[in-house]
This record gives sequence, structure tokens and C-alpha cells, in this order.
Amino acid sequence: MAARLAEEWFAICGGCEVTILDIGEPLLDVLKQVEIVHMPVIMDHKLFGQTGENAEMEIPQADVGLISGGIRSDEHKKLAQEMRKKCKILISLGSCACFGGIPALANQYSTDELLQKVYRDSVSTETNGLPCEQIPVLTDRVYAVHEVVKVDAFLPGCPTTPEMVANALLALLEGKPLPPLASKSVCDECPTKREKKAVSTLKRRFEPVEFKPGAPLSEMRCFMEQGFLCHGPATRAGCGGSEGNPRCIRAYMPCEGCFGPLSDKANPMVDMMGALSSIGLDPKQIPDRAATFNRFAGAGRLRPTPKR
Amino acid sequence: MAKTLVIQPVTRIEGHAKVTIQLNDAGNVDTARVNVIELRGFEKFCLGRPVEDLPRITPRICGVCPWSHHLASAKACDAVFGVQPPPAGAKLRELCNSIAYMEEHILHFYFLAGADFLLGPDADYSIRNVIGVLGAAPDIARKVVKVRHMCAHMLEVLAGKAIHPQAAVPGGFSKPLSPAERDQLRKNADEALELAKFSIAFAKENIFPKYLDVVKSLAVINTGFLGTIKENGALNLYDGKLRLMSSNGSYQDFPYDRYTEFITEHIESWSYLKFPYAKQWGEGFSMDIDNPKGIYRANTLARINVCDFIDTPLAQAELEEFRAKFGRPAQLPALSLGAADRAALQRRERHPVAGRSRDHQHGNAGKGYAAGGSRCGLHRGAAWHAHPRLHHRCRWSDHQREPDRWHHAQQRSHQHVGHASRQESDQRRQV
Repeated sequence: MAARLAEEWFAICGGCEVTILDIGEPLLDVLKQVEIVHMPVIMDHKLFGQTGENAEMEIPQADVGLISGGIRSDEHKKLAQEMRKKCKILISLGSCACFGGIPALANQYSTDELLQKVYRDSVSTETNGLPCEQIPVLTDRVYAVHEVVKVDAFLPGCPTTPEMVANALLALLEGKPLPPLASKSVCDECPTKREKKAVSTLKRRFEPVEFKPGAPLSEMRCFMEQGFLCHGPATRAGCGGSEGNPRCIRAYMPCEGCFGPLSDKANPMVDMMGALSSIGLDPKQIPDRAATFNRFAGAGRLRPTPKR
Repeated sequence: MAKTLVIQPVTRIEGHAKVTIQLNDAGNVDTARVNVIELRGFEKFCLGRPVEDLPRITPRICGVCPWSHHLASAKACDAVFGVQPPPAGAKLRELCNSIAYMEEHILHFYFLAGADFLLGPDADYSIRNVIGVLGAAPDIARKVVKVRHMCAHMLEVLAGKAIHPQAAVPGGFSKPLSPAERDQLRKNADEALELAKFSIAFAKENIFPKYLDVVKSLAVINTGFLGTIKENGALNLYDGKLRLMSSNGSYQDFPYDRYTEFITEHIESWSYLKFPYAKQWGEGFSMDIDNPKGIYRANTLARINVCDFIDTPLAQAELEEFRAKFGRPAQLPALSLGAADRAALQRRERHPVAGRSRDHQHGNAGKGYAAGGSRCGLHRGAAWHAHPRLHHRCRWSDHQREPDRWHHAQQRSHQHVGHASRQESDQRRQV
């Protein structure tokens, strides 16, 4: 019998849903074994009934539930609870669901500050009102899904990788446990040359990176040692999939930390400050440190600065 | 008895919306509104971040069209720093934009909108989706899945990541293209062009004729259009000047940095989305379906309406055929699906790897937003077109406001190249 799958998305961009398509042709075989019962990105199933007459939101029973996006409104909260109720296994798909992701950068500000900027203090916008009816109320901050309901497994990444999604779905279909996440850091999978000493002071990200075009990445000096802030030391490995090399490194760009912290308890700020200091760089030269080091992990880690 | 119907969610788009219909005591429709029900607030949390980080923050506005946001943001950074990418950097950026366009149009045409047409609008939702297409036309589905995946892989070759890339940096592009990679991409591009040719022939034979009556009667409205064009008036998806066309076909061209003179954004109490309109017309803002004021569409249909021609032969031939049938500007909202196909053909026809030798003259800060993101599904030819604003752009709640940010970034470009914010010193977080 086909496994029943439900998917919901909250404060999202849709990139993780596109990642599912990026599984490519093997996806067609996976789909044969899956019955999708709710998935707004591809299917027209409605929450209040197809003609909108029901009073309560309802998601059909499912074996596996996927949730992407962090929780940003009271309605997301309710839907997360409905998903938990109806799905035997619930998976957080992507860094927004796992740690808040980019939208959780908003956790540095109160909801009022957010609305004030968007609807009042924008030069391209008329100040003729504030949205207030027929729309969900924003929560006080962005929450990771597991801060609101119990989550059984996590597939981080911004976006996550097709390989991780495929492996997870295949394991579930075979009744096996999900493959564990990498416990290593991005640095452990990075091919660049490290000598534990920076050869430059900190650089801005648009300054030229030194490398020989066409030469293997293993001949290039580590980004951090070249003076570029790279989040590799405090970021979970896995973005490179079976090809190995981390995705951004392949484009000669430092890691931006999109796979999130090494563990739920990790403090990326402390880890990064340590990593920078250990090769002779001064972390204090980095502006906007809290939001930079918690770029993808703001749920529970970023908060408004107290007013002086 | 009075009653409220809530059709939620609007599906197969990126972004969150619902339709609220109020019925009166007689059971007739009193009001019907499309509510955009989310806000993330990019315009707030981008402030205070290092400006060179914005090209890697803003793609997260939309994971279906991340390249539009990535490149618009990179172009804005160019303007902030007062730099122009070298020709190779500009070409690599445009190449990525073209490939992303191919990938996203396959996604829209086949995966999102296709089922409504292939299986019919009345088919049950459990069948009327991409999996239903897989069952009804397995050979086509397999081919489409393969080519879309190939396009995503082309982007990975060029930029490491297809979704949420960071290869476009202020002043250029981080990764060079090797001759071997280029040769592989050429072959891939040929394959994508074949799919485009197949798609338009297939749709013209099997899809469009079947729905011509629907197209002519569904959600008919007359509005203006906004899109980017080259200096010579040709369709341009990456760069160029903006053209704002009235519903009667007259138009004005303007550069991106005059955005706020032409466009402003209205707020309604029942949607997180703002409603951009053409304030330059001086007629105000009204969503009255019979007599809309200030309303323009920015999208695939808009693009092929505002351009004078398309500078690749196959797409130009299709455009001529389209205009002979539907005029210029073509107004019928449900034509968007066909328009998407024509624009995509141009992208695939323009051999991506050959690029163009034209130098890119400007920093192009805001214009990517007008030119960019309509690929996320809002132009699918379904009933949502009843509402003029839905034509606008993909990420309803965030797209519209970004030019504001760039406007400020540019104003500040001479004094400070450090942070995007006006109030950086207040907002910067200290450890």
C-alpha cells in the first residue's frame, strides 16, 4: 500500500519544495509508492473544504508529514498542531523549519517595528492603513517548528538537498529509520588547503578570492585563512551530498552557514569567534555579529536588543 | 442567510493566499477578496546587514525565482559601490538568469499550471496535479522532469547552487566557466530548446484551441502593463529600461532609479500584500473590475506586450502570430500561459552559452524587481486572474517593497559602503 504524505509550508520561500523536484527522474519512482494527500505547492486540496464551507482547518490522515518554514502567525501554529495530530511521522524540511532560517532575522525586532517599517516608513508606500482584517495575526517572533510541536526528524539546509530528501523518503518507505545527519562540520568536508594561520586580516566578501581557475579546489587556500569570513567551522556538513565538496565552495564562495549549527545546543557565535581567533583573526572587526553568526538559526537565538 | 466562504490555500503558487467570499442573505456574492496571509518583513530585517550580504539574503524571498532576487540584489550592490562587472561577469549573470528562466517556466507550465489544462479544470484535485499528468502523459512527464532537472544542474555547474546561489557578487561573478563546462552547457541548451519547441507545438495543437472560449471570457479586464526592454525595444529579461504601457497601448519608458516617480504602493486592510499602482498616470487607485485605475500587470503577458519585438527568430515568429490573434496589448488574463511559453522560447533560443557582446552599462539596482519574478505561478491561467493585482509578481508580500530599500542604498552609496541601513548605528547588534 502506498504511504500517505502530507506537506505544509509556513514562513517559506518554496525553495525546499523545488528541491523535492530536483530529485529528478528517481522522483518518478518514489512518487509511485506515495499517495500525496495534502501539498499546496502541487495539489489543490483546500483546508476548509473544497468549497470553503467548513469552520475548522483539516488535513487528511497521513503516514509522513513534511513541514517547511518557521512559524510566523497564529494560523501557522494551528496548522502545525493539525499536522502533528494527523501525521504519524513529522519532519522539519529545511533550515527555516529547523531553526527559523532567514525569516528569523526578524526576531531582532518586535512585530510592531516590523509592521511600522513595512507599512509606515517606506518611501515607496502610501501610509493609508495597516492590514488588520481577514488575515492571520503575526506571532511575537519566528519559531522553529519543534518549538511548537514535537518533530521526529530534521532535514536542514537552505534549501535542503535533493539527496537528503530522497534518502529520507526511501528509508521511510522501506520502514527503516532515517539516515542520521552528519555530525561533522563543513570544514571537515571542505577540500581547501589549511595551514592554521591567516595570511591576511579580515576582508570584505566582495574582495577577490585567490585561486587558480581550472586547478582543483584542494590547491586553493582556506577562505578563512585568506581573510574571508566563512561559516564552515560552525556549520553542519552535508550540503555537498555524495559529490562531497560543499556547494558554495564549488562556486569559490565561503560557506554562509545555511545547514545551521552543529547541534541544537551549539552556540555558533562562540564557535565562530573561537575559530577566527585560533587562526589569528580578530572577530571584533566583524560588524553585525549576532545576525551574521546566527544568519539561519535565529529562532531562539536572536532577540530584540533592549531599549536603552 | 449571510455566510462566509474561505477558499484556502491558493495552491500551486509560491506564497500564501486565500480567497474570502462573503455571501449575502440572498446567497449572492457580496464581496470576494484575495487575501495574502503572510508577511516576513524583508524590508525590515535587511536593514543593518552588510550590504554585500544582501545578494545572499534576498534570494530567500522566493525559492522558485531565487535568481531574479539574487541578480537584482547584486546589480543594486554594483550601483551602491559604483562599479560595473567586467563583460565576462555580466554575461555569466545573464546566462544564469536565462537558464533559471527555462527551469522555472518548465516548472510553471508543466508542474503547476499544466494539470488544469491537460486534465481539465473540473477534474478532482486528487488527479488534477503533476502526479495526474504523470499518469495521463507519462512520456511527456518523464521528458519534462528530465529537462527541468538538467536546467537545475546547469545552474549548479555555473554557480555551485541552483537555489539560493551566492555566485553573483558586487562587481561580478565568483566562478569562472571552463571551456569543457561551456561545451556541455551548449548541448544541454540545445536539448532545452527542443523541449521549448515541442511544448509550444503541443500546446498550440492540444491545449490552446480547447480553451479559447474560456480564455475569451474568463476574468476579462483591461489594465496597463510594465516590463523591461532593451534600448531598441526588444524583449529583455535581465536588464534594460522599464516600459509602463497604458491599457490603450501608449507607453512611457523610464530608468529604474525613477521607480518612485512612476509607481507607489497602496495598502488595503485585508491583505499583507501591498498594491503597487501607476501613480504617474494621475488617476489614483481603484480595483473596480469594470473601471480599474492605476492598475498594471507585470508578468509574462506584460513582457510580450511592452516589447516591440523579440530578437530571436523563432520567438519573434510566435509573437507575430500571437499579436495577429490577440492584438497589442493583449488583455485577456488567461493568455498568460501562452505568453509564458513564448518568452521561455526566447530564452532557450538565445544560445545561453554564446551570451551577448553588449556591454552592460548600468548598475541596474531596482529593475530586476520589475523584470524578475513573475515565474512563480501567479500567471498560471486559472481563475485567480479575476483579480488584477494577482498578476503582479510572485512573492506577493515581499516583492513590491524592495525597490524602496535599493533606493535608500543608492542614496547612501556615496557616503557609506558599509551597511544597507540608514540607522545602522542604532540597529547593529553588538556582541
